[in-house]
Order: sequence, then structure tokens, then C-alpha cells
Amino acid sequence: MTTFLSQNVERLQAPEIDYFAVAPLLIVLGAACAGVLVEAFLPKAQRWAAQVVLVLATLAAAGALLVAYASDEGTPDQGKTTLAGAISVDQPTIFLWATLLLLGLGSVLLIADRSVEPGGAFMPEATPSGGTYRDQAGGGAQALMTREQATRFGMQTEVFPLTLFALGGMMVFVAANDLLTMFIALEVLSLPLYLMCGLARRRRLLSQEAAVKYFLLGAFASAFFLYGVALLYGYAGSVKLADIATATSGTDRSDTLLYAGFGLLVVGLLFKASVGPFHAWTPDVYQGAPTPVTAFMAACTKVAAFGGILRVLYGAFERSSWEWQGVLWGVAIVSMVIGAVLGLTQTDVKRMIAYSSVAHAGFLLVGAISLNEQGLSGTMFYLMAYGFTTIAAFGVVSLVRNADGEATHLSQWAGLAKRSPVVAGVFTFLLLALAGLPLTSGFIGKFAVFAAAVEADMTPLVVVALVASAVAAFFYLRVIVLMYFSEPAADGPAVSVPGAFTTMAITMGVLFTLVLGVWPPKVLEWAGTGAFIF
Amino acid sequence: MSWVLIALLLLPLVGSLVVAFLRGNDRLAKLVALAFSLVELALAVLAWTAYDPGGDRLQLTSSAEWIPTFGVHLSFGVDGIALVMIALVAFLVPVVIGGSWAEKLPEGRSAGGFFALLLAMQTGMVGVFAATDVFLFYVFFEAVLVPMYFLIGRFGGPNRQYAAMKFFLYSLLGGLIMLASVIGLYVVSREEIGQGTFDWATLVTVTRDAPLSTQIWLFLGFFIAFAIKAPLVPLHTWLPDAGAEAPVGAGVLLVGILDKIGTFGFLRYCLPLFPAASQELAPLVLVLAVVGIVYGSLLAVGQSDMKRFVAYTSIAHFGFIALGIFAFSSQAGAGAVLYMVNHGISTGMLFLVVGMVMARGGSRLIEDYGGMAKLTPVLGGLFFVAGLSSLALPGTNSFVSEFLVLIGSYPNEPVFTVIAALGMVLAALYVLWLYQRVFQGPVRGTALVDLAGGPGAAVDPERAPVPDLNKRELAVLAPLVALILVLGFYPKPVLDVITPSVGATLSEVGVADPVAQEGK
Repeated sequence: MTTFLSQNVERLQAPEIDYFAVAPLLIVLGAACAGVLVEAFLPKAQRWAAQVVLVLATLAAAGALLVAYASDEGTPDQGKTTLAGAISVDQPTIFLWATLLLLGLGSVLLIADRSVEPGGAFMPEATPSGGTYRDQAGGGAQALMTREQATRFGMQTEVFPLTLFALGGMMVFVAANDLLTMFIALEVLSLPLYLMCGLARRRRLLSQEAAVKYFLLGAFASAFFLYGVALLYGYAGSVKLADIATATSGTDRSDTLLYAGFGLLVVGLLFKASVGPFHAWTPDVYQGAPTPVTAFMAACTKVAAFGGILRVLYGAFERSSWEWQGVLWGVAIVSMVIGAVLGLTQTDVKRMIAYSSVAHAGFLLVGAISLNEQGLSGTMFYLMAYGFTTIAAFGVVSLVRNADGEATHLSQWAGLAKRSPVVAGVFTFLLLALAGLPLTSGFIGKFAVFAAAVEADMTPLVVVALVASAVAAFFYLRVIVLMYFSEPAADGPAVSVPGAFTTMAITMGVLFTLVLGVWPPKVLEWAGTGAFIF
Repeated sequence: MSWVLIALLLLPLVGSLVVAFLRGNDRLAKLVALAFSLVELALAVLAWTAYDPGGDRLQLTSSAEWIPTFGVHLSFGVDGIALVMIALVAFLVPVVIGGSWAEKLPEGRSAGGFFALLLAMQTGMVGVFAATDVFLFYVFFEAVLVPMYFLIGRFGGPNRQYAAMKFFLYSLLGGLIMLASVIGLYVVSREEIGQGTFDWATLVTVTRDAPLSTQIWLFLGFFIAFAIKAPLVPLHTWLPDAGAEAPVGAGVLLVGILDKIGTFGFLRYCLPLFPAASQELAPLVLVLAVVGIVYGSLLAVGQSDMKRFVAYTSIAHFGFIALGIFAFSSQAGAGAVLYMVNHGISTGMLFLVVGMVMARGGSRLIEDYGGMAKLTPVLGGLFFVAGLSSLALPGTNSFVSEFLVLIGSYPNEPVFTVIAALGMVLAALYVLWLYQRVFQGPVRGTALVDLAGGPGAAVDPERAPVPDLNKRELAVLAPLVALILVLGFYPKPVLDVITPSVGATLSEVGVADPVAQEGK
């Protein structure tokens, strides 16, 4: 009896935690909790300032600790696993965490801005309204506030801790070494996003619709993911990626369980990454969500989702690749074609960028399924490059406004270059980066993933990808044509003078887009320093 | 002396930035742009003198690491072919700046922006010819599109949006197809020598041993991009639109230089990198070339719009150049390269004089003019000179190159050469007929009649309602006329630079012929 007990006690011993390695993660999640307390105890007037300081300090501290860990001599070259192997802080994780923190910083700067939209892009208080006639008529009740009122009411500052929770979830997601941890992380990152989508100050109905849509489809996707995890557990007897990998190499287990489990799991992941044909939510949600949140989703969620996809594919399914690579070929092609072709028909700039993100997801998938070193580093580089470009692009979108808020209809962008050459110039540069022209980060990223794919004998796929790039270039160019070559509409939108925060976010995005395009060697080397460890 | 190339690259870029900041003051912007382009010309002369025709394959080289992960270097260097193209760029840009001095820009556009874009494009054009790293070449190849796109789209004719878009998409599609081949080169080099590289000189030694099927695929990627650029029928349809809608100055550079990137690419990349594929597919290219000559000439005859006319004559001329390149004889090859230079000069001049006619009559349509030589005899005379050069009259520059191409191609490709010779006859037809319609006979046509004071009105040269060329326009055209005549009678200095490089290119293909040195 006593031996039995003591054995049990031994078995229950807490896993060893390398606090140094996971410190960035703990800080972000801890600060998220602290943010909730700030909401609870500080008077409304002080919350915005306190939250902004808290979030920025958190990101800075997390970044500093990450750098310290990565450059510490005690850290093994390949990184290490901790928390009983549930979290792996290896080189890809370090790269992706750094990417997430930087992109998170950019998004938070956009979220924190209160000058572009007086009072901020988020609704001032929890209002049940959504279907009122005034909302349907246009701007919603909040739009009728005067500038002073809006500034005085401020905004829902809960958005800051929500952002941090989502960011923490993303960081766990890319580092998770077993499927269950991954699922928890998926929920931690998703739930705050569902909420944040519904917080827009203007066009409340659209925003709420986006939130509900995202939530319902996201819940389905999570269910798929979880079902897949269950089947894979049935197949391998474990949810650890390494154990699944072992199980796939030559056993007489049921292949049905493997295929079904893998399929369901991947559907969940592809949904989050907005890869076509699992992209249906993307345009609606991108359009309806407040633009800073859209930027956050487009940049950070993409990084997290593809970080997860890479880890799962490399960790658990590399050895069974011949069984699923064909399917993901098809998915990548569908995604690129849907993104490029449907992007052509869009008349709303946010929806257009959404379809562009579907096409980019296809390109990323091309890199991810290459399953070689270049594929891993290329995809991660692409993620970073794409994230910065997107954040800056949405930053610019948030500046082009008329009396009803953002003027996102493309016709309203006509002749923008005449009204504000700088904004038009910046947006042109970003569009060229999205189109993948040389001397922008988009080109280097595309080159990296396509080179990896050719190396993995996927040349036909690369040709499809290049044709899709050419088609997609058409809709980017169309916006440039509108801005530069058309006469401005008489009642066209004005461009707001951006506040300090938005300016910083856009500047950061543009600088990274330029630097990663002109002088990428350091970052490419960094992305290629190491492989996953499991 | 390798700094000369770097200086040639950077100077226009600096100039472009400076001019862009002078957008408030058009006159100053123009002067600064002209000054930069003249210094650039001086640098090009310096590079020319520093180049030793009998020396290394690539000269004035410099190299620095750029992206070690992919084995990409910032490497520059020129052979004789690249050198003459860079010289042509440096020569044409000041001419174009002078020619665009009084360009009527669309409302609200500043001359500063126009000239800044011209100079930015010059950097791209020099880079395309000077790059000796395939990746770097690709970067310049695409980068040069952006300023041209804005030049057409912002400063062009009424249908400029459509033309700019078409131009950009065609080139971009070609570029992306080429990118597939560029990546392919990288992978092949990784497999062959264990280390991916884009260094042209290294790749030449690697890819020639690749299997024929690989070579053909990679060749096609490059070829399609270059065939769109150069335009070969049937990938040419963007050129008439872009050429017609582009402002005159940009049009000169478009057909004079940008399109030559295609033919330059054939010589620098398609032939040496994929010798077996080049020979295998040469018949296909020759068919396209000859079809282009005949088709372009016939359509040029039928044009009613003068700028489209120039574009179609270019398509015919590019057929000759492609014929010369893919006939694989050193005479034809040297002729083709000389043709590239001469075409830049003669078509550039043709474009400019058409622009000057348009500046007076305000219309691009041929039927709106007639008997203009009575009003503007000097313009008429110079238009005629440009036309004669375009139809390759003996004594003009184009004759030498066209003749070299034809006699050089005949031994290897008699059938194609005979058909191509038809192009010479058609050229006489389309040039002379155009001249006759616009300049000869009584003053007529809506664009002129009102200005001249009614149909058949006696013209008083003293109070010319349609002014003849002014001093600026004469100064712009004078160097072109001089070059047309000098290269017509004494092409040796240029041929001396070209011939060894063409010979080296052909020996890389493995078809060097003994007549090489007698071709001059």
C-alpha cells in the first residue's frame, strides 16, 4: 500500500519548468491578467493610458527576455523542450515568438490610436444596439457623437488584455509539442479574437455579424481539430507529435484513423490560416472587424496558424508525407486560385486584402509542404515579411476616411495620390510588396518558398503559384491605377492626419518591408538557424 | 575602373531623388535632370574608353555578397554587348530629356515627377545590362517596370490607364515565368556543384551540361519573358498600346531600350546558359522572328495612328534582331547587336519627330495631316532622315546592321533570310507612304488646315502659323542625325567592341564559325 502510494506520488511529480525559456510567454499571459485587473479597479478615465503603458512594457520585456534567452550561453544551440516536453523553445519558436511580438507591437499601436478615429476604433461602452434604424442607416449611434463626446467617452479598453491573451495563445500555439496543448492554445487565441471582431465603433451590424460568423465557423473548426486529435490519439496512443511520428513509421495500425485524424486536424489548422477552401470567413471578418483588429488577425493569426502547421507537418507527419502531400498540393492550388481570382472582383479594399491573404496563404502552404530546411526557413521569413506589410497596409486603410468613418469602397480611393501623395505612395509600395516585386520583402519571401518548393520537386505547383501571383498583381495594380491615374471623386474621402501611434505602426511596417527586401541576409540566416526539436 | 559601372548605376538614382524634391520648380528640375544625364553620358564615355575589346569576357567587374543564403551577389560587369547598350542608354536619356522639355503633361502633373521617373528608370536600365548575377538581373528586370508604368499611366495619352496596365501585366507575367527558370537555375547549380549560385559566369559552365529536357524548360522560361519584352509575335500586343499612349520621351526609351532587354537577354542568358536548347528551339524562334518581320511591316502599312505606326515598325525590326541572334553566325550576331543600337537611334528619332509633329497638330492620326513640309520644311527633312534610317537606306546606320544580319543569316538559314528580306521592301513602302501622306502635297487635314488658314491657302513662311523646329528641337535631333550618318559610314568603332563578345557568346553555344573576323 505504501509503495503504491509512494509510486503515485512520484508519478505526480510536477514537471520541470525552464522558467527562463518560457519567460516571454509567462510575461505576456501574466500581463493579460494584470490588464483585466486594471479594467476592474482603475477609473475609466485612466484605463487607456494604463493599459497602453502596460501592454507596451509587456511586449518590450517579453522581447528583451527572448533576446536574453536566445543569446544566453547556457541555451543549447537547438533550443530545448520544457514543461515535460509540452512546450518546445527551439530556434523556429524563437523566430516565430520574435515575429509575433513585433507584429503584436505594430497591431497594439494601431489599436491604441485615438486620434484617427476620435476616441479610438472601438465602441465606447457595451451597447446592446445593433439593429437600430440608425445603425442600418449608416454609421450607428456612435457616429452621431461629436468629436468631443467621442474623445471623452473613449473606448472599450478591454481590447488590450484581450489582445495580450490572444497573443499569448499564439505564442503557445507555435511552441506546442503535443496536440492537446495546441488545442488549448488554439482556444486561448481564438476566443479573444471573436470578441475583438465585434467591437467596432462604427458599422456595428457588420462588426457583430463578423464576430458571430467568425465564432460559429471557428467553433466548427475547433471541433474538427479536436476530433482529429481524438482519432490520432486512437491511432498513435499519444497526442505528442513525436509519438505520432514514431507511430507513422512502419506499423500495422489502422491507416483509416491516421488519414481521418490528419484530415480533420489539418482542416482546423487551415481554417485558422485562412487557406482556401476554408477561407469563407476571411473576407467578411476582415471587412467587419475594426481595422486595427483586422491587422492583428491578418498578421499575427497567420503567423501562429502557419507556425502550428509547420510544427505539425514537420513533427508528426513528415514520414507519411507521400500520403498527404498530394492533397495539400490541391489545397494550395485552390487557395491561390480562389484568392487571386475572387480578389479581382472585390470592390472593398478590406475584402480585397482579405482575398489577397487567402492567396498568400496558398503561397505559404507551398513553402510549408516542401518539408525541407529551405521550406521551413522560407515560410517563416515569408510570415514575417507578410505580417509587417499587412499591418502597414491596414494602418493606411484606417487613415482614408469620410464622414461615415473609413472609406473602404475602392471607388472612394480614386485620385488619392492628388490629395495625399505620401499616403498613396506608401500604400503603393505596400501593394507592390504584396504583389511580390523585387526590392520588397514580398519578393524575397516568395523567392524563398518557391525555391524550396522547386527543390522538393514541386515545380508544377510553383508554376501555378507564379501564374496566380501574376493574376493577383492585377488587383493590386488596379488600386494603384485608381490612386494615381484617376481623377479624385468630388465627394471623395479625406485622409486623416495619423496620430503618433498609427504613424509608428505604419513606419515600422514599411521599414521592415523595405529592409527585408533590400537587405534580407541577416533575417534569412536567422530563420534558417535551426530545425524543430520535439 | 570598376567604379565606373557603380557610378553609372547610382548617379541617375541620386539624380532622380534630387529632381523629385524639386517638383515645385519645373525649370530647375529640368535643368538638374539634364545635368545629371550629361554627367552620366560622360561616365559612359569613360567606361567605353576603359573597356578593352580584346580583353576578358566580362570587364569592369565588381562583386559583393548580398544574400548568402541564396548565393546572391551584387555583381556587375560588362561585355561588349552590354557596354554598347549602356552607352545607348546614356546617350538616349539626355536626348529624351531635351525632347520632353516642353512636353504638355496632363493637368496637375509636374515636370519634376516626370523627369525623376525618367532618371529612376535609367538606373534600372543600366542595372539590367550591367548585372552579372542572374538574381540581380531579375531584380532590375522587374524594377524597371515600375517607373515605366507610372510614366505611361500618369503622363500618357487618353487611354493611358489601359495601356499602362497592359504593359505592366504582360511584363510581370513574363517576369514571373522567368522567375520559375531563375529558381530552376539555382536548384540545378545546387545539384551540380553543391552550392546554389546565381553567378552568371559559373552558371554558364554548369547548365550547359544539364540534360536537354531541363535545358528546354529553363530556356522557355527565359525565352517567354524576353519574347514579351522584345516583343515577338504573338506576344507583342502590348507594345502598340503602350507605345501609342506613352508620352513621347517614355516611348523612345520603351522601344529604344526597354524592349532591347529582351534581345539582350537572348544573347546573354538564353544562348550561353542553354546552348543545346537554343539550337533545338532555334527554328521556332526563327519562325516567330520572320512572322514578326512580315506581320509587323504589314500592320505598319495599315496604321492610321503615327505612334502605333512606330510601334509596329519596331516589331518588324525586332524580328530582324531575333533572326540575327538565332541564325548562329558571328556576322549575323554582330549585325543583330549593331541593329539593337541602330534601332534605338533611328526609332528613337522617329518617335521624337512624330512627337514634334503631334506637338504642332495636336493629333496622332495620319489623316489629320498633309503637306506639312510646306509649313515646316526642316521638320519634314529630319522626319525623312529618320524614316530613311528606319528603312535601312545605304548610307544610314541601319543599312549596315540589316545587311550584316541578312548576309550573316543566309548561309545558315536561307529560307528565313529570303522571307525576311521582304521586310526591307515593305519598310520602304510603309515609311515612304507615311511621309507622303503627312508631309507632301497640298496642305490638308483637320489638324493643319485651321492653323494654316483654310484649305490650299498660300503659305507665307514669314508668319508661319505652324512653327518649324526651334533651336531646342534642332539641338535634340542633331546628335541623332550625326550618329545615323557616322554609323552609316563608319560603324567600325562599335563593331570592334561588339564582335569579340558575340564571338565569345557563339563559342559558348558551340557554333563559332571561321568567318568571324571578316564580318567587319
